[in-house]
Amino acid sequence: MDYLNTIVQGVLLGGLYALYAAGLSLIFGVMRLINLAHGDLIVLAAFVLLAMVSALGLPLPVALLILLPFAFALGWGLQRFLLNRTLGDDILLPLLVTFGLQILIQNGLLVAFSADSRKLSLGALETQSVNLLGLSVGLVPLITFAVAVVVLGALSYIFYGTGLGRRLRATSDSTEVVQLMGVNPRVIFAIAMGISFVVLTIAAFFMGVRSNFDPSVGPARLLYAFEAVVIGGLGSLWGTLAGGIILGVAQAIGARINPEWQILAGHLVFLVFIIVRPRGLFPKQ
Amino acid sequence: MTALLETRGLEVFYGDFQAVFGVDFEVAEGETVAIIGANGAGKSSFLKALAGLVKSRPDGILLDGRPVGGKPAYEIVKSGVALVPEGRRLFPSMSVADNLRMGENGRSGDRGWTYETVCDLFPILRERADQLAPTLSGGQQQMVAIGRALISNPRVLLCDEISLGLSPAAVKDVYAAITEIKKRGTTIVIVEQDLNAALGAADRIYCFLEGKVSLTGRADEFDRSQILAAYFGS
Repeated sequence: MDYLNTIVQGVLLGGLYALYAAGLSLIFGVMRLINLAHGDLIVLAAFVLLAMVSALGLPLPVALLILLPFAFALGWGLQRFLLNRTLGDDILLPLLVTFGLQILIQNGLLVAFSADSRKLSLGALETQSVNLLGLSVGLVPLITFAVAVVVLGALSYIFYGTGLGRRLRATSDSTEVVQLMGVNPRVIFAIAMGISFVVLTIAAFFMGVRSNFDPSVGPARLLYAFEAVVIGGLGSLWGTLAGGIILGVAQAIGARINPEWQILAGHLVFLVFIIVRPRGLFPKQ
Repeated sequence: MTALLETRGLEVFYGDFQAVFGVDFEVAEGETVAIIGANGAGKSSFLKALAGLVKSRPDGILLDGRPVGGKPAYEIVKSGVALVPEGRRLFPSMSVADNLRMGENGRSGDRGWTYETVCDLFPILRERADQLAPTLSGGQQQMVAIGRALISNPRVLLCDEISLGLSPAAVKDVYAAITEIKKRGTTIVIVEQDLNAALGAADRIYCFLEGKVSLTGRADEFDRSQILAAYFGS
């Protein structure tokens, strides 16, 4: 029963990792860009939520709902006015720019919020649990997982059930041919980045509720996201959920054996995957 | 004859390399023109410039007398010039239906081409609508590529090497469709290495040699030896 509990906790943790990974996977899938600032943008969004709650006295879920459209606009603007200028034959340039963005965000947060550890609060909800398969499961981890499934389902619907999704997929296939269809790929890239920012803001909400954060934790979030994306298969949306779950379960089992092994166990599983199945579980063809 | 699409001294460069040298060209509304020539003659570069995939001088290309040269491809298609690219270039991760529907993004007006009328022209595509595009035969893929361009309702349809890599039967089917499209009033520019196919479909020809026009006129006014001399430069 202890191990069943460990696995269930790992699966639910995988939901959070899938939320970290979904935005990263979306951007890689559409424009082959690895956004090195992804983790720090999650932390930035968590601090903005914290500031909205403390300065404006808003309930946390309300602050999230207000922030989402602004997050889309910020992502759109970042891509439209900065990252689009770096895209071309040289893949190093956008990588360096997002690396620079990472440093900028970390240092900006240090100046604005100090290095102190913070947390977002959902009040009594954080300590509530439900009975699942005879196990007591925390309500917040369960909600996190459910939201991850809903977010991936929504992204999947956008991709495969709408005209915008058709343009996103076509742009992913060929930025040249899509222009012959009247589509400006740079506009599509900006929309994709806007969607990615919406998803990473939702991830920031749950990260902040479930764990402490400070300006230096972004790279670790990027690492978990990256590992989940690679395990699941580059560019595959549902693959990120599978990757997140595998990572979460590995960490939970590692922690069950020895608390110091939690993070190491996740990295080891990732290592096994890149040796045995480097294209991941569900690689994009 | 009033030109619908024309070029004046068009030059095409890839960096320092010049592929097309001062080409004057015109096609009238409803006309079908074939551009023939050997490999490397500059035909496809010329067509890519017309479609906006390669940069050119603004006044180098005129549509209805208005300069459109140098505009990006996503604007050119919306002004009524659609390209069927060499090698089909379908979206490989998408179904036949999704490939066709992508053409709707570039609509430049309503000349009667819709998903349904394209499927009437190529009935096999209606049967294969849910299949992934790369699983079709070469001829069927070419039908998707032509249909996808048609759905944008172009005034000028540019076709780049549409017989390339196809069986003789598939070439016949594809050119039968071109004849049907021509009957419906669409202006067509075909780049082709297959002389028989090109001469059979075209009202006029332009023969390219080393990036320049080596011969131009009505398709039926030249004998075979004149065309071959212009084609190979001998």
